[in-house]
Amino acid sequence: MASGTLYRGREGMWSWVAHRITGVAVYLFLLVHVLDTALVRVDPNLYDTVIASYKTPIVNLLEVGLVAAVLYHALNGIRIILVDFWSKGPRYQRAMLWVVMAIWLVLMVPGAFFMLRHTVEKMLGA
Amino acid sequence: MSLETFSAPRSGAKSRTNFEMLSWLFMRISGVVLVFLVLGHLLIMNILDGGVQRINFGFVAGRWASPFWQIWDLLQLWLAIIHGTNGLRTIIADYAPQKPGRQVRFWLQTVLMISAVFVLFAGTLVIFTFDPTIG
Ligand code: HEM
Repeated sequence: MASGTLYRGREGMWSWVAHRITGVAVYLFLLVHVLDTALVRVDPNLYDTVIASYKTPIVNLLEVGLVAAVLYHALNGIRIILVDFWSKGPRYQRAMLWVVMAIWLVLMVPGAFFMLRHTVEKMLGA
Repeated sequence: MSLETFSAPRSGAKSRTNFEMLSWLFMRISGVVLVFLVLGHLLIMNILDGGVQRINFGFVAGRWASPFWQIWDLLQLWLAIIHGTNGLRTIIADYAPQKPGRQVRFWLQTVLMISAVFVLFAGTLVIFTFDPTIG
């Protein structure tokens, strides 16, 4: 092929890179999150103090990033499963990536709105 | 070189292949279940009804009063940790060099497995022994 390979540097590769990065990032967060939740077994006040940090503007923004990462990984994961098990999956893998990105965007816009609403209102003094 | 000099396939090879096949299948089955558990969890905890702002000890106590959420969280914990740990096992095998004398890969895999078992144990213990009256 004149343009090089069918995989390297094209959507197929980048969707895989993103799947890998989001998988690792979500996993690392999960390890921390199980441990912070375990504080409910230690001391209710300590738990509330730690959870309060989740409500600060910067961590709130990171939560939007976490949801964005999980949502991409989940939608692209379904795409991978369809490529593997659906007879027409390999033929539509490229179209399905666009569908994944469209669904991701449509869900992220209202999601980010509701996640950030309180933080923004507080910053604006509403 | 005559054909007789080739060694027979080692017995370990077959079971290894079978394990990787099961692991491949597990990633897909757990993935389908995690779509509902994890996206449901994020929707409830971060988006609906005030999101993270309303979470505190009392909120957790209210949820875990119900066996439904206890089982949800337990299943989610086990599937996500095993799925994620198995994914990381693959990634370490892809990137960590396996050079003679340097056992980077072995130690990374060991740290990964110890962390996973520890977190799985801690999380399970907390769900089973949660006490809303402490403190
Ligand atoms: C929400 C639903 C999820 C779906 C549908 C899903 C689906 C998948 C699929 C299909 C794979 C590919 C496995 C392979 O190539 O053999 C995968 C890999 C992976 N997943 Fe998930 N997953 C989900 C959630 C999670 C969560 C919560 C975590 C973290 C705890 C995670 C971490 C990983 C990692 C680290 C990999 C390895 C990536 C790689 O090898 O490149 N996944 N996932």
